[in-house]
Amino acid sequence: MGVILFELALTLYFAATIVSVTELFKESKITSKITISSAVIGFTIHTASIIYRYVTAGHIPITNPHEATSFFTWCIVLIFFILQSKYKISLLSSFIMPIVFILMLSSSMLSREIKPLSPVLQSYWLGIHTVFAFLGNAAFAMAFCIGFMYLVQEHYVKSKRLGGLFERLPSLQTLDEMNYRLITFGFPLLTLAIITGALWAESAWGRFWNWDPRETWSLITWFIYAIILHARLVAGWRGKRAALLSMIGFLTIIIAFFGIKLLRKGLHVFL
Amino acid sequence: MKIFVVGLNHKVADVEVREKLAFNGPKLEEGLMRFRELPEIQEAIILSTCNRVELYANVNDAAKASESVKTFLAEFHNINRTSLDTALYIYDDISAVRHVFRVASSLDSMVVGEPQILGQLKDAFDLALSKKTTGILLNRLMKKAISVAKRVRTETRIAENAVSISFAAVELAKKIFTDLSTRVFMLLGAGEMAELAAKHLISNGVKEVLVSNRTFERACELAEEFHGRPVRFEDFIQEMVRTDIIICSTGAPHYILTKTQMHKVMKERKQRQVFIIDISVPRNIDPEINDLDNVYLYNVDDLQGVVDSNMFERQKEAQKAENIIAEEIETFLKWLASLDSVPTIIALREKAEEVRKEELDKLFHKIQGIGEKEKEAIEYMATAIMNKLIHPPTAALKEDSENKDILVATIKRLYGIEGEKNGD
Repeated sequence: MGVILFELALTLYFAATIVSVTELFKESKITSKITISSAVIGFTIHTASIIYRYVTAGHIPITNPHEATSFFTWCIVLIFFILQSKYKISLLSSFIMPIVFILMLSSSMLSREIKPLSPVLQSYWLGIHTVFAFLGNAAFAMAFCIGFMYLVQEHYVKSKRLGGLFERLPSLQTLDEMNYRLITFGFPLLTLAIITGALWAESAWGRFWNWDPRETWSLITWFIYAIILHARLVAGWRGKRAALLSMIGFLTIIIAFFGIKLLRKGLHVFL
Repeated sequence: MKIFVVGLNHKVADVEVREKLAFNGPKLEEGLMRFRELPEIQEAIILSTCNRVELYANVNDAAKASESVKTFLAEFHNINRTSLDTALYIYDDISAVRHVFRVASSLDSMVVGEPQILGQLKDAFDLALSKKTTGILLNRLMKKAISVAKRVRTETRIAENAVSISFAAVELAKKIFTDLSTRVFMLLGAGEMAELAAKHLISNGVKEVLVSNRTFERACELAEEFHGRPVRFEDFIQEMVRTDIIICSTGAPHYILTKTQMHKVMKERKQRQVFIIDISVPRNIDPEINDLDNVYLYNVDDLQGVVDSNMFERQKEAQKAENIIAEEIETFLKWLASLDSVPTIIALREKAEEVRKEELDKLFHKIQGIGEKEKEAIEYMATAIMNKLIHPPTAALKEDSENKDILVATIKRLYGIEGEKNGD
């Protein structure tokens, strides 16, 4: 049952991705309806699959890479819906849905086995820490996407060749402000994730900070986003630089998330 | 009786000279009256815009007229008479007609196809009409020029060009800024195209309008027109710190904004995006400014490139317009020739002759059986009456009078002589 729900969600995300990518070339009312409805249905089924897994496993299903990636994807789609219903950024789905699909696909390829929860994870921190971390990272993923859209649009305006997507992409200022808002939303969540992580580490291992690779990378990520915010406020680093930095920030998150997993070293082994 | 044009435009004179010769506000009416009162001038119109000052007249002797107009301009504007000799262009006859048609059709404009010039020409003509400084020749010329311009506008795509440039500027602004109504706009300098683009932008709603000009008075005038605030030229760089959109067209021969200056401005405005449109030719803003982050600099060619990269198409449209003008010059010249007295004298005589013959035929048809001698006597009498009747108008036409054109037109009208059909 859980498998069916997950695969169904994956398929619907795939459909939304395909249709939204074709929208880069030709957009119509029908295509945008298909994109949104398959994303919404996909998200609903995805939610159901997470709840199902929660019920089956008996604990919050963010305890292994498969679950974590799946939950991360879920957070991104959630933020996408919130953003879309509030700001209606045209073509956003064409840029974010491929990321959603790739993440969901990688989740599907990871082991879905439900193992008994290790003692370290048996803590109320599990829910708090992971939700903060993934919601924050999802905001950064969205900022990455918006930053990329900014660079595309910026390229059109700067090079004075206004073909392709120029007409349909939002204004530079809109994208820039959206990027900034997402980072100001993600940054406190990341901070809270690090703090709750430290508290949890203290209760689990007796030390707040262990210089575990995951911790180190998180700190690096935190510094990158802190720099983005600081530079914007003080030196007015906005536009292209902010967009580039937000993309670099998210790439370090991806490295931290998947790279460290591949090395399988450190205390933070579960994810 | 000759059409005569003297003037200067953006191509031959830079803005300092144009400003000095401009007939602004109340000076226009006064200038027009004094221009008309010159002894060499029979009809007069003055067209004074940011990019051109032109005086149209009906004269008998172009050489005499040009001397007298130059002296008038020098006295009126209080400038050096000799400096005018090089600055002004002078046209008469066909070349004058061609020039007026080209100006009206916006082929002579800084941005070819911009529509404002026709309105400005109409205003100049309206003023002349209300002050009664024109007559048959210039009235005809102006009406024709306006209809030629309309023909060029409808039959070629020249006009689309300028409109679409302003349109492209606004579209670009909307792709840089989320909401134009929160943005500050500055018009730097003046000019047909710049003002057109500014109007277009302002009509899309901006928060605040600033106007700066080398002459502060002009800035005040334009600021009033656009409901904005005038800014002294020395202060415009400082104002750029809070300005988001700038349209620049100052006619300065060099850059008025360098990369280092802009770099400083960007620092002060915390790198907020700025959109600069440099319409000036030569360019007034260092093109390298576009390399700075968050600065988007477009010149006319860039905007043109946005609108239509097809140069060939544009040249074709311009050629089409020139052909229309050539055609219209032809019909105008025919009308002009018809004003000449000789054909009118001939036509008058032919008309009289026709009437005489007709009436004699009728008479001889009615009364049969009269002798050749009587016939001859009657014919003689008819000819004598005819000659006596057409003698005064013929003599008047042959006389070298100042208002011959009016006379010719009047005689044609009174005697019902068909001229060239010039349907306007």
